[in-house]
Amino acid sequence: MRQVNLRMLAALAAGALFGIGLVVSQMTSPAKVLAFLDVAGAWDPSLALVMGAALLVTIPAFRVILGQGRPLLDESFHLPVKQSLDARLLTGAALFGIGWGLAGFCPGPAVAALGSGQSDPWLFVFGLLVGGWVAGRMPSRG
Amino acid sequence: MENFTPLSASIGGLLIGSAAALLLWLNGRIAGISGIVSGAVEGHGTPRGWRWMFLGGLVVGALAALMIGEQPLAGVTGVSGPLVITAGLLVGFGTRLGSGCTSGHGVCGLARFSLRSLAATLTFMLAGALTVFVVRHVLGG
Repeated sequence: MRQVNLRMLAALAAGALFGIGLVVSQMTSPAKVLAFLDVAGAWDPSLALVMGAALLVTIPAFRVILGQGRPLLDESFHLPVKQSLDARLLTGAALFGIGWGLAGFCPGPAVAALGSGQSDPWLFVFGLLVGGWVAGRMPSRG
Repeated sequence: MENFTPLSASIGGLLIGSAAALLLWLNGRIAGISGIVSGAVEGHGTPRGWRWMFLGGLVVGALAALMIGEQPLAGVTGVSGPLVITAGLLVGFGTRLGSGCTSGHGVCGLARFSLRSLAATLTFMLAGALTVFVVRHVLGG
């Protein structure tokens, strides 16, 4: 029971750190994200640097952590198991990219910006939930 | 490139990477926001508590940071409400079908050298850039 509570605390701390990182890097500002995607306009490479800096941490850290065999507060790691490059993956990623380019929001920054006092994050997250719910009802093979 | 902010982008990126590493180290979980959101809301027969805690932390952490550092354009898309909802629908549908978003594929998947995540990241980057190109430079704006 104690370990379950610690897991809750760990998730809260990781989420808070993630949210601070999104604000510091200005990824919570859709204009900043769209400026990165606008390669033919006044291109702003900041987003690439955000991802690069994050990978600078996660590449070595994941290697060390996954080498430990199990996480500190759980019996085993919970990792994705799918390996195949299928049409679902690529179609999904393409649709996600189109939606990303339309408003400048991806899921993390949209959720993080729910407390910004703006209505756009709420509208976006509403769409996000409905879209995900619909996709979850699609047959997994077809 | 007058709007390039290398320092804040690097610091923010390091924080995001540290958050993902923290979640994997302690809970053994991948910090993929789209999956955490759908798992929190719909369940999928897996634990939901930690997901709500993570999302709560995400909102509170961002809110605290926004209160300290002024960021007038945070959360402002500049497009109409119906278009924002449409974008949300596409992102929700697409990330569910494609098993992840910028964080799950781009930050965590690439760090595990997952071929699926590499393919997904290249695809959504290209689709996003093409969309912005069409909206801004073909349709005009």
